[in-house]
This record gives sequence, C-alpha cells and structure tokens, in this order.
Amino acid sequence: MSHKEDDIYQEHILDHYEDPYHRGPCNHPTHAHEDDNPLCGDVVKIELRIEDGRVRAAWFDGEGCCISQSSASMLMESIEGKTVEQIKEFTAEDMLTLFRARLTPNRKKCCLLSWKVVQSALYSPIDGDGQGNDH
Amino acid sequence: MNLKFNPNTARADFPILATRVRGDKPLIYLDNAATTQRPRQVIQLLVDVYEKYYANVHRGVHWLSDQSTDLYEEAREKVRGFINARQCREVIFTTGTTSSINLVAHGWGDANVHSGDEILLTVMEHHSNIVPWQQLAERSGCTVKFVPITDDGLLVMDQFDELLTEKTRLVALAAVSNVLGTINPVRFLAERAHAAGALVLVDAAQSVPHDQVDVQDLGVDFMAFSGHKMLGPSGVGVLYGRESLLEKMSPFLGGGSMIRRVKLDGFEAADLPAKFEAGTPPIVSAIGLGAAIDYLQTIGLRAIREYELALAKRAHEVLSDVGGVRFLGPAVDQKTGIVSFVMDGVHAHDIAQICDRHGVAIRAGHHCAMPLHKRLGITASSRASFYFYNTMEEVNRLGEALVETKRILRRG
Repeated sequence: MSHKEDDIYQEHILDHYEDPYHRGPCNHPTHAHEDDNPLCGDVVKIELRIEDGRVRAAWFDGEGCCISQSSASMLMESIEGKTVEQIKEFTAEDMLTLFRARLTPNRKKCCLLSWKVVQSALYSPIDGDGQGNDH
Repeated sequence: MNLKFNPNTARADFPILATRVRGDKPLIYLDNAATTQRPRQVIQLLVDVYEKYYANVHRGVHWLSDQSTDLYEEAREKVRGFINARQCREVIFTTGTTSSINLVAHGWGDANVHSGDEILLTVMEHHSNIVPWQQLAERSGCTVKFVPITDDGLLVMDQFDELLTEKTRLVALAAVSNVLGTINPVRFLAERAHAAGALVLVDAAQSVPHDQVDVQDLGVDFMAFSGHKMLGPSGVGVLYGRESLLEKMSPFLGGGSMIRRVKLDGFEAADLPAKFEAGTPPIVSAIGLGAAIDYLQTIGLRAIREYELALAKRAHEVLSDVGGVRFLGPAVDQKTGIVSFVMDGVHAHDIAQICDRHGVAIRAGHHCAMPLHKRLGITASSRASFYFYNTMEEVNRLGEALVETKRILRRG
C-alpha cells in the first residue's frame, strides 16, 4: 500500500480523526461561523474566543469525512494563541502544508473547509452580549 | 449459480475492463449507474464512421452525406424498436436525459402549465428531474409537489393518490431510482395519472439499460434516457414522446435542421422529429447508440436483468458480512443492480477512497439526489452499481475493500 505523504490515512491524520483536538462547544465564544461542502455533505462549525486581537480558544464541531474532520482538529490546535492578523495571513497553501498528506483536487476541498470557516469566523462576531453557546 | 449468462464472455468485448490500476490491481468498475463502459463493437463503429462515412446529416446531396444520414436514421429505427415506440417520428435524439427533460419542460411546459397548476414529482428524483420543473415553476407560477417515500425507499401510494388532483398537469418520475435502485410501478401510476387528466414523463435513465422497456406497455407520454448509461457514446440521449403531443409542442432550440423554411419575418418549423433537433445533432454518438442497442439485444435484456439481480443479491450478502453496513432502499428483489449503503462511523468519501486503493471504483456523495438524502437523514452515501460485465468475484473484492476500510479507519 502507498505510504508517507501519498497516504491520506497516515497515523497523525487518523489520530486527529479518532481523538480530535477541541471538538465541541467553546466557552464564551466571541466569533463563530459554519459552512458546508454541499458536494459531499461535510459540515464544519467553528467557535472562537478572541481577546485583545488574539485567539484564546478555538473549538470546532461537524460531520464529514476523515479529511474534513481531522484537518479541522489540526487547525484548531494550530491557531490557538495566534493573533488575528497571523491567522488572516495563514493561506490555503499553509493549510495544505499543515495537513501534510498530498491530496487530489477534490479532496483538497475537504481539507480547506475548516480553513475557510475560520477565515469567515474572524469576520463574524457573535451578536448581543457575546454569549453564544455558553456551556 | 444457475445462470445461463456468462459475464466473462462479455468482458472480453470491453477493452477498458482489462485496465490495471493502483499498483497493478485489476480495475473493478462498479460505477455503472453513473456511466457504463463500451464494447469494442461500439468503439470500432465510431472509428469506422469517422474513417469512412462521416458528413453532416440531412443536408448534402453528396454520397457521404447520404451514408451518414442513412446510418443516423437507422440508429433512430433501432431506438424505436428497442423501446417499442410506434413510429420513428416519436424518437428525438438529444444530448442526454437532462436535455430530454428540459425539452419537455420548455416545449410542452411553457405552453401548457400555468399559475395554479401542479407538477407532481417524487422525493427520490435525480436533480435532472427536479430542477427543470422548479425552473418551469419560476416561469409559470405553477407548484411542484413531491410524492414522499417510506423509510425503505418505496413511494407512499396513498400520498400519491392524495397529491394527484385535477390541478396536476404532469407526473414526472424515475422508473428506477439512481440511488435506491427502487423499481417504481410506472404503468400503474401512469394509469392513475391519466385518469386524473395528467400527463406522465418517465426518467428511464436507470431502467432502459437494464431491463425490457416498452413505452406502449408503460403507457407513458414522454420518456427520457441517455446513451452513455447503456454502452453508447456520451453526448447522445433520447426523448420519446407521443406523436400527438410532439406535434403540438413548440420547438425548444431554434436553428438549422429544425426549420422547413426561414424568412426574414419568421420561420416555419420542420416536421417531427427534426423539429426538436436544432443544429448538427450528435451524429456519430447516435449511430454508436444504435450499435450499443444491437449489442444489448444480442445478450438479451431479460438475461441482463436476471444476472444483475443475482449480483445485487450477492452484494447484499457480502456487505452484510462486513458488519456496520446499512443498505438504502427496498429489499433486493424490489430493486435493480444498484446497491447503496452507509457504514457506521465512516464517511462515504473515505469508503470510496479506500475502495479505490483496491482498484474498486464506486461512487460516493449525494449522487445528484440531495432531497432524497435529506429525506433519509444522511448527507452522503456510497453506491456500487452493477452491469452485466461485473462478476461475483468483483463483488467479493468490494467486500474485502470495505473490511479494509473499517480496519484503516479503526472501526473494525
């Protein structure tokens, strides 16, 4: 079987898929966005707590293939502690690099879903008192 | 297995089935509901036509144009015989099922469907039999209604009777669901629809390639299907329409061929079937479709149906043994060789991707039937769809690939 970067089901990806980082609701989120990929039905919702221009907490939830969900997990881990400006500069190409496995054009869309959602979330403050889903 | 049909004899006619993929594994092609492969008899004919007989049809007085025209019209006669239409005038060559349905939505719908009228579809339709009617609704102000399905993927008949009213102008439904494989009782529904004063269009893209279909027996008014799903070339499809209806309909596309005469202040439409074949038609593809029909008739549609049912039964057994697999649609003997399923905790795309590593080509996603998937409460499914050239051995390979999928994704 193929392996290393050609294998999209390599260990670090499966680890994120099976035991994701920060899957669930965020405490006191200030920003949130959700989007889907209608082609395959992947859904990713991301909630962020941004304070003083910095992401203090990043959580996701969703449904979908191994790539869409594990990439969301990797992204949450990667952006916590970063400034909003740093995240805005984080490109699609950076996201694919973070994921590591080489993807076909169709599967790149799965990987980039969470990246797109984060970029939109930065511009999507939660209305009202910024309570959102307060758990 | 007590079957007269031997798939290996047929396989020898399909060069692409000898392809090896993904590290020299034999290609196992189980995506036949999306498109089938072609036998060398069809491929060779395409080459012959281009090398010896190709010119535009119905135009030249020269020898080549006569050759091309004769072959094109012979293909029409083959289609007519294949579906038992009364006359060749009732067989329109289009570019596929989608364009056939759009032709009716415009050519018949625009003149006959008005605000307050209703079009009755089913929840299991392919997008190509939903969107053209939604567009007609936008133009005309009519309402589109949907017959619901049971959890097993069968039409809810009481609901059909309730939704079919004097406002219903057209019932448009798939003969066979492209996801569930459900075989709908078209003849029965057509009788009901006609009794209520509605016309009937059947999307036969998934039925004509797999079983005997007789438009007169079904009693439908329009029937649409595609060449590429029945061994033919891509880019050609058919619209069958009752002559009396086609005669009254306006042309859909305007241009060459579809006119008797053009003047600066207007045009006169040509007779059937040319009236609906504007521009240069898919000449060679249509001729190739004729060759595909010859091939299918040599094998026999009854034999194909019987063998595909055996493949589907085996698939149900093999996939059940994998564990964690839930089938979509009705019991295996109520459907065709389409076997769609979901697997606990594994997304359809991951299934298809890992199957592909084993050389097994299946489809994953919503299969152009998003409303159906929403009704089933899922976002995507995996689909193995068989044709007569698939083997029991290939079904076993699919099962092995699914076991491997579970193992890799740590679900097994």
